[in-house]
Amino acid sequence: MTAKRFVTDVAIVGGGIVGSSAALALRRMGLKVVLLERDLCGSRSSGVNYGGVRRQGRPLSQLPLAQRAHEIWGRLPELIGTDGEYERSGHFKIARSAADMVSLERYRAMSEGFDLDLELITGERLRALCPWLGAKAVGGSLCPADGQANPRLVSPAFARAAERAGAVLLERTPVDEVIGDRNGFTLRSRNSAGNTLEVQAPLLLNCAGAWAGQLAAQFGEPVPMRSGHPAMAVTEPLPHFMDWSLGVEGGGIYCRQVARGNLVLGGGSGLALDADRARSDREAITVLAGQAIELIPALRGAQLIRTWSGTEGYLPDREPVLGCSRTMPGLIHGFGFAGAGFQVGPAVGEVLAELARDGRSSTPIDAFGIERFAVPPTSPTAPMASAPAAIPEFSHR
Amino acid sequence: MTPPVIVGAGPAGVRAAQALVAHGLRPVLIDEAPRAGGQVYRRPPAHFRRTAAALYGTEATRATALHAAADALADHVDHRPDSLVWNAQGGALDVLRGGRIERVPYQGLVVATGATDRVLPVPGWTLPGAFTLGGAQVALKFQGCAIGERVVLMGSGPLLYLVAYQYAKAGARVAAVLDSARLADQVAALPLMLTQPSTLMKGAWYVAWLRAHGVPIVRAARPLQIVGGERVEGVRFEHGGHTRTIDCDAVGMGHALRSETQLADLLGCHFDFDELQRAHLPQRDAAGRSSVPGLYLAGDGAGILGADAAEWAGERAALALLEDRGVAVDADRARALERRLAGIRPFRRGLERAFPFPTDWAARADDELVVCRCENISAGQLRATVRETGADDINRLKALSRVGMGRCQGRMCGVAATELLAHACGRTVREVGRLRGQAPIKPVPLSALSASSALREPEATA
Repeated sequence: MTAKRFVTDVAIVGGGIVGSSAALALRRMGLKVVLLERDLCGSRSSGVNYGGVRRQGRPLSQLPLAQRAHEIWGRLPELIGTDGEYERSGHFKIARSAADMVSLERYRAMSEGFDLDLELITGERLRALCPWLGAKAVGGSLCPADGQANPRLVSPAFARAAERAGAVLLERTPVDEVIGDRNGFTLRSRNSAGNTLEVQAPLLLNCAGAWAGQLAAQFGEPVPMRSGHPAMAVTEPLPHFMDWSLGVEGGGIYCRQVARGNLVLGGGSGLALDADRARSDREAITVLAGQAIELIPALRGAQLIRTWSGTEGYLPDREPVLGCSRTMPGLIHGFGFAGAGFQVGPAVGEVLAELARDGRSSTPIDAFGIERFAVPPTSPTAPMASAPAAIPEFSHR
Repeated sequence: MTPPVIVGAGPAGVRAAQALVAHGLRPVLIDEAPRAGGQVYRRPPAHFRRTAAALYGTEATRATALHAAADALADHVDHRPDSLVWNAQGGALDVLRGGRIERVPYQGLVVATGATDRVLPVPGWTLPGAFTLGGAQVALKFQGCAIGERVVLMGSGPLLYLVAYQYAKAGARVAAVLDSARLADQVAALPLMLTQPSTLMKGAWYVAWLRAHGVPIVRAARPLQIVGGERVEGVRFEHGGHTRTIDCDAVGMGHALRSETQLADLLGCHFDFDELQRAHLPQRDAAGRSSVPGLYLAGDGAGILGADAAEWAGERAALALLEDRGVAVDADRARALERRLAGIRPFRRGLERAFPFPTDWAARADDELVVCRCENISAGQLRATVRETGADDINRLKALSRVGMGRCQGRMCGVAATELLAHACGRTVREVGRLRGQAPIKPVPLSALSASSALREPEATA
């Protein structure tokens, strides 16, 4: 039984793109960081998501954050040492009806001032630009500087960059216990070999994604978060025909063609195997296949070679929780990105670092406060913030 | 009532079906091939006229018996040939057949998915004319054609000599058999292999026959390269400190077999690492019960024990399925089958001793060697990924390098990638883990999937 002890400025729970980019941003500010990840950094939702790097279609509340992220994405190689196959290929949101075009036009008008440069495309121009598009598409909205990247590469690269910058990354280290009091936080973990490990820090970032609710609840801030499992699939490599990443107004299928030629398809909901693991669902795959052929008829002859899913946290308003705890000094939340955290992730990391250092952020985040889920004050049993309580062990696979 | 389902109509699947039918059940028997028999006793199309003796050589009696058993079942099973099980979920299999998807609910499932060649790449293995040993054998048995006119067979394992014999017998010129095992390995394995004297004798007989017919056999041979420009022109190998080249127009290669475990994985079976086979294999008890209730494993798909053992395991697994359904079975027969299966294990260890896995393969692989054919990923790229990222898990290596991300989904390159990773990161093959199974098990056309979304079958009622 070896006991290892770390004393640091900031402890981070969760090594997804949010936690890892927070670790990197904190190191660039000169703060000491220890990050605990129960699996491998960037191996869960951050590493297996669709790979859309998109501002278009986000609620206006998220656009300042998305703009900040957009600027970071532009500097990816200097920041994390790889471009992660990031391309500003354009994101095209497809309309299948006149009503869809109206709402795309409305979004364009609303988002003016955020430099999205949205352009509505219909008719002959649409057919000329994308002759591969099925007949149901009547038009769409193009955001030329939105794009796509490879999440399998980008998210782990943020973690490695943080490590190179001096952050301590503790992978395969599930957090078994968190104790918080006026002196700060103590996190304990026991790995599979039975070795225990302890991290002490005055500040704690809760970046545990779909599993962040437990930590929030422990400190008196339960959130109505549910886990969702986006269904994903990929075809065999196909000749290059499409630059844009595609979405559909009103939701449904989304797809992009990666540099290798494969088409990555997403849409519908996968299947939870247990609290930690998920996979694509047969119904979702068949529906997705039908939608893909409707969108791009030539895909009729393509083969699907792999499907997968992940576990994402969704709050009822589909906005994230980002900001300081209202019950526990030193605790800062950043989770619940509702399947849209990849693009904003790097900016969320910077915001979390600012909150840790300054107690406030230069980017407006008022819409994301955890207090929007506060239990009414009539509640008789408000948990004591200082009560040491254990997080049930995350089963680990 | 939902019938039991058997996946795979090889030796294990056919014997399982036979046992279920004998107890009054009418199982569904799903198989990728057009005719039952599996890979080892693969049958040619019905109008082909070569005799069993010509097709299967010393295995003709067994092959004929299994085919007869399969034919006798025709009216008693729901045989679904040309059918690919590509997914399993919620008590039903998803099957691709004739360009359409169908859903097959089951109550009791025997998974007998068989094996493919365990491939360790050598430079040039992607040239046209390079086949696996199993592929070379399928060409002969199913299509009645050889992979070339002048063939080198190399690697190791019993299949090496069997294929050489079958090729030579069929009239192909076998330019050489290059066995990576040493004669000393085979001598050392004798005590264990004597536990199955007839099988041992058969192996010895192939070797003697090949020698008598002038087929060069080189033991302790290490293939260096399959040479050629547009296609295979020869094999360069090292033997006794010397480098030699043999001209040929085709190569069959392989190092024994690997189990097809993807379906067991999708069905949620627990896996253990098997030191003997250097592979993670689904757990099963002596009767073939997996860790999932109602799911039984039989044959090489759950661990390589060969065709005879597959027949016994198939029957035993079916008896277990029956027992678990409350059907009375012949307990003596069940025990006898378990005894036979246990009895073959020393021989199995002997085989591994006689044809040892070349554990130095990863250390010797050149950086330029292509490991993953689908994605064109080299040994050097894998090593660089390990160096730069600290990857020490096969799924992580896949995510970072694309190895195993192509059409084969790691079925062909997984073994080699795992060996390279273990060597590069300093962990054991056990520790670097196994590639996670993901549907589809083999590629499925989008057109077939989308057609099925229009007609959905009702949920199976258990």
